[in-house]
Amino acid sequence: MVGGGIVGAAIAYGLARAGEKPLLLDEGDVAHRAARGNFGNVWVQGKGAGLTPYADLSRRAANDWAEFTREIEAVTDTDLHFRRPGAFYLCFSAEDLEKRGEMMARLDAAATIKSRFEVVEAAELKRRLPAIGPEVAGAIFSPDDGTANPLRLLRALISGTVALGGTYLPRQPAEKVAFSASGVTIDTPRGKIEAERVVLAAGLGNARLAPLLGLDAPVRPVRGQILVTEKVRPFLAYGTNFIRQTLEGGCMFGESSEDAGFDEGTTLPVLRETARRAVTAFPLLRHVQVVRAWGALRIMSPDGAPIYQQTDDGRAFVVSVHSGVTLAPFHAGPLVEALRGDGFATPAYRPFSPERFHVQAA
Amino acid sequence: MSQRVDLAVLGSGPAGMAAAVAARRHGLSVALFDEQEGPGGQIYRGIESAEAGRTAILGPDYAAGRPLAAAFRASGATHHPRATVWRIGEDGLSWTSPDGGGEIEAGRVVVAGGAMERPFPVKGWTLPGVMTAGAAQILLKSAGRVADDAVFIGCGPLLALVATQYLKAGVRIRAILDTTQPRSGMAALGHLPAALAAPAALAKGIGMLARIAASQVKVFRRVEKVELLGEARLSAVRWRGPDGWHEIATERAFLHQGVIPNVNTTMAAGCRHVWDERQLSFRPETDDFGRTSLDWLLAAGDGAGIAGAKAAALSGALAGHAAAHDLGRLDAAGLETLARPLIRARRRELALRPFLDTLYRPAQAMRVPQDDDVVVCRCEEVLRGDVARAVAEGCPGPNQLKSFTRAGMGPCQGRLCGHTIVETIAALSGAEPEAVGYYRIRMPMKPVTVGDIVGPTILKEENHG
Amino acid sequence: MFRPLEKGPRRRVSVRVDGRSVEMEEDANLAAALLEAGFSPFRTTPVSGAPREPYCMMGVCFDCLAVVDDVPNRQTCLETVRAGMTVAMQEGAATVRDVEAAS
Repeated sequence: MVGGGIVGAAIAYGLARAGEKPLLLDEGDVAHRAARGNFGNVWVQGKGAGLTPYADLSRRAANDWAEFTREIEAVTDTDLHFRRPGAFYLCFSAEDLEKRGEMMARLDAAATIKSRFEVVEAAELKRRLPAIGPEVAGAIFSPDDGTANPLRLLRALISGTVALGGTYLPRQPAEKVAFSASGVTIDTPRGKIEAERVVLAAGLGNARLAPLLGLDAPVRPVRGQILVTEKVRPFLAYGTNFIRQTLEGGCMFGESSEDAGFDEGTTLPVLRETARRAVTAFPLLRHVQVVRAWGALRIMSPDGAPIYQQTDDGRAFVVSVHSGVTLAPFHAGPLVEALRGDGFATPAYRPFSPERFHVQAA
Repeated sequence: MSQRVDLAVLGSGPAGMAAAVAARRHGLSVALFDEQEGPGGQIYRGIESAEAGRTAILGPDYAAGRPLAAAFRASGATHHPRATVWRIGEDGLSWTSPDGGGEIEAGRVVVAGGAMERPFPVKGWTLPGVMTAGAAQILLKSAGRVADDAVFIGCGPLLALVATQYLKAGVRIRAILDTTQPRSGMAALGHLPAALAAPAALAKGIGMLARIAASQVKVFRRVEKVELLGEARLSAVRWRGPDGWHEIATERAFLHQGVIPNVNTTMAAGCRHVWDERQLSFRPETDDFGRTSLDWLLAAGDGAGIAGAKAAALSGALAGHAAAHDLGRLDAAGLETLARPLIRARRRELALRPFLDTLYRPAQAMRVPQDDDVVVCRCEEVLRGDVARAVAEGCPGPNQLKSFTRAGMGPCQGRLCGHTIVETIAALSGAEPEAVGYYRIRMPMKPVTVGDIVGPTILKEENHG
Repeated sequence: MFRPLEKGPRRRVSVRVDGRSVEMEEDANLAAALLEAGFSPFRTTPVSGAPREPYCMMGVCFDCLAVVDDVPNRQTCLETVRAGMTVAMQEGAATVRDVEAAS
């Protein structure tokens, strides 16, 4: 496994659970770690609008989260803070609300696995979320959305991998990968590693590594600036699309999407706009202190959906995913079964092949 | 909103005031921001308001801040007191204060953030009744408040200084527990010849120790381990010396293990930092003028490496002149002429440091907690055992550790645990602190409200609403 | 208990501390004045409920937090005593309200 983020660690964990001996290679302390910028939303609403199989994948994974949590907690004694109270997608105009409702209806009609949702008008929203601001026009509520703590998830997946017989090697980023006589050679700053098979789950690093093995991961960084507040008493029991109160009490919010290369910094105009939107949604946030802000890099494919691809000989696989938290049960479960069985060369994975981008381009 | 100055200075201690005064000599427009009510920083805190009696107790070194504060007041620099600067960058800075706030563009920024006391993570150090020796001195300087029957614990010149000031003021001291390492005196002797270049400072140190020795205060030396006991607040101090464990009842303890640069601002700005093995701390990498690896940013005073108040004022002046030069307001020859005596005087001040740093090098056991139940991160209440577990799992450094344990995620933003975490990871993993690295410090540099970030316009409306 | 070293002729003002009226020196450092008034503890922590009081007195430790004029988590070591100020001990995480809407 190349990549010790949530995606790579989930697959390594699943492999170890299945009795394999995965080796999980990670970068050092300073890395573009999407997990650190993750909201922790186990999110279904609106996902897969452009690619219906992605909707089904997300819905199935979200439905598997409760069982996944129980199992991880049994193996690692870690509370992942998973809750599934449902979430609100906040709309700031009646027009937005209507459009969003129509999109949700179309999406649900197309999807195989159904997900409930309702359009909540302003007055009803105020009843359910008393802290909501007067400028919010309404929301889409889905009871299928949940939240978890992504940092606890990452730590549990790594320690679970080790507890189940896998190996974790930090400070060993893959600099090069190449086919060898018997498998794949991975060059790290501490030497060469020989593996029978390799899964590339190196986040943004996949864009560089995948072509070295004849694979394709056209992912690019999309920056989101996030602010985190001090702990306050609970006031927001549900998820929302851009503000979440964690179980510890801190609130995190952010929704920007910027092309900023690999710059993880923050900019005043975006921080200001993000803060303004947060205060508009929940005016009481105005008085809460922000303790941290940073730019996190999303791993974005051209259509936002996952990329799953393998070489014909089944020696190398690439997994590039933006929603590692939601899909963690899938990566640790069915995807691991595929890796140990027929690989990604089956109809279930075909929609996620990067070939889809070339078809569109032609 | 689109205000602009040539130079923004952060901090109104000796370095900040001197930087502002020097820059003003060359006609630079200067804005100085500081959290306190009046200028002085921590070393000269309350300098403009302290009564004569208090000034006498605090001594001539404290009174030396007065002309500097007066020169700063007369310099024409704009002073923003009670101001929290929460963002700096190449494009300027953002700040907030009870009177509003805003943004300001600056050609150069001098960070003069000063020092803070090194964390002293021992059992019970979070209990009410326990504070730093520096805190006790601030209460004395700025408020004229003292507490009888406290136990002073630790090592370093400031501990002896506060004890001496207390004795001068007639305040009762229960005991002094000296954690200075027994062999450090021998090690420091090698640095004594260089230190003799600063005879006045040496004499002052010797005078303080003599005053304590002549008093009736019990001094326990070679203290190896300290525990602060109590439930709701401190009730006793327990320690292990050469002859075993002792305990003494007290409601107040003052802790000290020397001072370290307050690096959060320079870290947040993103300039290069290095680990200083002699001072056991990170500091920004600077040249003689305080220039950092970022061309818009200079660092001066103890925030750039501990050297004391006199050296801080000299480094502040150097940074002020350098800013003027770098902005094209002073030619190279002019800078050279002004800088030469300042650099020479600063080197004389620095000559004492190797001796002091070696003599008062805090013991490993006072910097790196040994027991699993000692609090490392005061905000998130992360214990030494939590850190040890994460490191055993392969956690590669302070930033992943922050993610995994929440150490450094609280309101103090890692100020009170950063160095402990670095040294604890180093001790557990066998790596050098430089290689371990430090937290990536983010904006805001101090917590500010979401409303503050939204902007001052809204804040003002609220104030009137 | 912290006591004043000198008895200056400074003006004293009334501050409401946890509902009762306390006389303090005007323009004094708030944390210092609260220590002198025996305000203890300043707060309990949001994580474990442990009691805390000022540790550094210079704005870096965030242990001296209290609710000042209805705003939680104020660093009292950076506040100045003013007539009519209200101070309350903060228990655990702060309760946030929309002060503007409430007033």
